[in-house]
Amino acid sequence: MKRLLIALFTVIPALAFASSGGVHLDAANNDLTDKESLKRGFDSYVNYCLGCHELQYQRYNRTFEDLGIDIEEGSAKYLLNGQKPGEHIKNAMPAKEAAKWFGSAPPDLTLIARLKPGPDYIYTYLRSFYVDSARPFGVNNTVFKDVGMPHVLQTLQGVRTLDEDGHLTPATGGTMTAEEYDVFARDLANFFEYVGEPNKLERESLGYWVIGFLCILFIISYLLKKEYWRDVH
Amino acid sequence: MLMNLFTSFMGWLDKRLPVTDAWNKHLAQYPAPKNFNFWYFFGSLAMLVLVNQIVTGIWLTMSYEPSNAGAFASIEYIMRDVDFGWLLRYMHSTGASAFFIVVYLHMMRGLMYGSYQKPRELLWIFGMLIFLVLMAEAFMGYLLPWGNMSYWGAQVIISLFGAIPIIGDDLTLWIRGDYVISGATLNRFFALHVIALPLVLVVLVFLHILALHEVGSNNPEGNEIKKPKGSVKPEELSKFTFHKQYSEKYDIVDAVPFHPYYSVKDIMGVVGFLILFCWVMFFAPEGGGYFMEAPNFEPANGLKTPEHIAPVWYFGPYYTILRIVPDKLLGAIAMFGAIVMLFLLPWFDRGIVKSVRYRSKLHLFNLIQFSICFVVLGALGTLPATPVYNMIGIVASFGYFGFFIGLWFYSKNEKCKPVPERITD
Repeated sequence: MKRLLIALFTVIPALAFASSGGVHLDAANNDLTDKESLKRGFDSYVNYCLGCHELQYQRYNRTFEDLGIDIEEGSAKYLLNGQKPGEHIKNAMPAKEAAKWFGSAPPDLTLIARLKPGPDYIYTYLRSFYVDSARPFGVNNTVFKDVGMPHVLQTLQGVRTLDEDGHLTPATGGTMTAEEYDVFARDLANFFEYVGEPNKLERESLGYWVIGFLCILFIISYLLKKEYWRDVH
Repeated sequence: MLMNLFTSFMGWLDKRLPVTDAWNKHLAQYPAPKNFNFWYFFGSLAMLVLVNQIVTGIWLTMSYEPSNAGAFASIEYIMRDVDFGWLLRYMHSTGASAFFIVVYLHMMRGLMYGSYQKPRELLWIFGMLIFLVLMAEAFMGYLLPWGNMSYWGAQVIISLFGAIPIIGDDLTLWIRGDYVISGATLNRFFALHVIALPLVLVVLVFLHILALHEVGSNNPEGNEIKKPKGSVKPEELSKFTFHKQYSEKYDIVDAVPFHPYYSVKDIMGVVGFLILFCWVMFFAPEGGGYFMEAPNFEPANGLKTPEHIAPVWYFGPYYTILRIVPDKLLGAIAMFGAIVMLFLLPWFDRGIVKSVRYRSKLHLFNLIQFSICFVVLGALGTLPATPVYNMIGIVASFGYFGFFIGLWFYSKNEKCKPVPERITD
């Protein structure tokens, strides 16, 4: 019987890890507890992404609250005339027209960090655009082949090309240094991880309490069982 | 004073409904073998998960919107706007996978100790029916988040019925209620998932337990704790009082009343299980992409197929058997055949000795190879179909079916060790 158990428990993990692969992703090393990073990420999202990509399941006031943005200040800074803080983060782009312009409508980004392999993917993606004259917008991406999106951050990052070995050359002509742009991309990746699951930190901190409680309860229930079973053995 | 009130109330009640009698018959005076081990936790754990699914399901239903336009958004509404909605949803989604883990281990227990053998065939059949309904329940529940994997997973599975000759196409149309999976399909799956199948499930669980208490629990030794009346010396009888339904017909040895002995033991099992369950739920609710698959974080899209359509892990073994057969109809037959084999297990096994402890080395080997093949088939079901994986899948499928065929041949004249009359440990 022991052998059966051992066999089972060695085979399961081995097989579970057998299925990974794909492109190499750089580690974002983002930190959900870093509110300043999240605020910068949100700000960048509103300035550079919101024009095309909505966060249709996330509300402004929830975002302000979680990120520590004062609701008055946040409303004044981020809401357009007539918008209310309780509204979802949406734009005015007509989806049907957008599909014509870009080939497919720009996707909603609320769950992008959960749909794609996490913040590392977003971090790497934002840093992997290169010049490709064969594409309609003149750029391609090493992480997302034949991407439909133009490199909207090109003025910040500058231009990169792909050399013959398939490596990206250092960017030239951007307003940010490579380090500044990495921080910019990390903040955005951080924000998207947050917005994919706003309760993640609460979930984990609650988890420690619940499991701590259960561990104590386990000891008590073990002692209770032992006490009862004394008159059987 | 309060105690008197309670006693007189119970007296009043018992004259009108056998409450105390049922409590004694099924809990406080139900004879359970005293040697239940680790493997015997999974029955009560399955019950716990069932209750979890029903209770969290009720609360999820309060905020879920079963429609093409609203389903996906309503899940995110639950995750973001409903107080502790995320907790309810993760309890339910983690519970679905946990259900299959405990049920598979519960079935494994049955295989190891021969709990399906005479006189427990019907008990096993009820268990298998529960397994079948549970698979339907899980399949329909998986469509409800209306993510892209929900959509395409359902597309693949429903299209299986199309392989049936003559009526296939009409049947799939009837199941879907539309020419493709649509809001109509979602609505009927919702109805079946929250009302029809849970009702059937609860009735089957009730029958499963009733049948268990009629024939009595097996144990790791595979012998009987109920001996013929008058065959046991009075000093060897169990010192506990059991319900007259059991003690009038039999001499009961080596048994304890289920309550409080196994109720306190099961509480310990429940807490141990909850530690693992909560660890997944709070720190890895996606279960590494196996409990919640990544493509399900975008809404259902009939025009955009996920790169690799994989059913949820718990369908893996059967999905692999389906996939390795090149012909769709034969594949579907093989898949359903794999489940039919389990139903017929009590008749494949022609042996008398129940527990693997006292059966032949060959049987032990057969059990181990079956478990390994089952796990391998499950893992392959989540991986893309490559020629190498398909080869492994074919070998593992032979192992799966071979378990039953082999059992039928060797169990007739199997060389077993003598089974002890009594439980000694």
